[in-house]
Amino acid sequence: MSAVIGDVVTAVLVLSAALMCLAAGVGLLRFPDVLSRLHAATKPQIFGLIAVTVDVAVNNFTLGTVTLSVAIVAFQALTAPMAAHLIARVAHDTDRFRPELLVVDELGRANRRGDRGA
Amino acid sequence: MTTRAERRAALLNQLPLWLGLVLLWMLLWGSFSWLNLLTGALLAALVSVVFYLPAVQLSGRISPAGALAFLLRLFGDIVRASVQVAWLALRPLRRPAGPDSAIIAVPLRTRSDLILTWTAVATSIVPGSIVIDTDRVSSTLYLHVLNVRTHAQIDRFRVSVLATERRIVRAFGSREDLERLALGDAVAAVAAATGAVAGDARAASARNDDDRDRRNLDDTGKET
Repeated sequence: MSAVIGDVVTAVLVLSAALMCLAAGVGLLRFPDVLSRLHAATKPQIFGLIAVTVDVAVNNFTLGTVTLSVAIVAFQALTAPMAAHLIARVAHDTDRFRPELLVVDELGRANRRGDRGA
Repeated sequence: MTTRAERRAALLNQLPLWLGLVLLWMLLWGSFSWLNLLTGALLAALVSVVFYLPAVQLSGRISPAGALAFLLRLFGDIVRASVQVAWLALRPLRRPAGPDSAIIAVPLRTRSDLILTWTAVATSIVPGSIVIDTDRVSSTLYLHVLNVRTHAQIDRFRVSVLATERRIVRAFGSREDLERLALGDAVAAVAAATGAVAGDARAASARNDDDRDRRNLDDTGKET
């Protein structure tokens, strides 16, 4: 019985992770501009990654795997936003985005006013 | 010229970071042995000498309950928002016309680099928002937010970032930052009471309906 439960847990975790990665790929194609695409490129897999590592940790429940899973998720969570931030800032600074998609652009406004500290 | 006491204080401030590096080394090896502890300690010392960076000013205060609340809420947000962004990507209909995202400025109340960074990373790993730029002088985050169409939605998002900041300050923030939060709430409440139309101040105070916030507010009210 516990084997069945284990299989169900694995199936749910791995399938949801796969779905998240698929959504990320589709989002890359379907979202309209650089800034929106960044959301697809960096975000849904953080949940996908958590699901996969949790599954690995649950199936091989040893101290080594659990700690390694924690380290993997922590580093992914800390580094993915940095990459997104760098690309987003460059895209914004070089006007490679579509202003007509934005309700407001308070960064552009602040830059034009010139009231931002260095 | 640094005195001996100052140097000792600086070393003490570095200690948690050094311990963090040792722990990371052992996490990566996946075993907690004396040999790992020893090599980790040596390497951590070497790394902090060779790759020298300006020291982070730690607040010297940590609340385990606050940290747990912050992490649980963060995880909940990640799951909820991941599903939302995935749905945006996979939904069968074409994207409706018109603007559907925004770049907004969120002025935080903290004056600590560490809290600013934590808040930026925490808002960034929750899908639907990316930090584009930060202004360190005024502790302002500039975020790109997905799937917002009205100014009411934007204000709601701003409030949610401030709530993240509040949870982080409660978990890791210094006493000064906690006081600054309470002071900000008091100012917002006064602004709301006098009917000053300050969009996000009103929204922020509207959210402050839990007891702790009200108590903080009373305290600062008496002090001033």
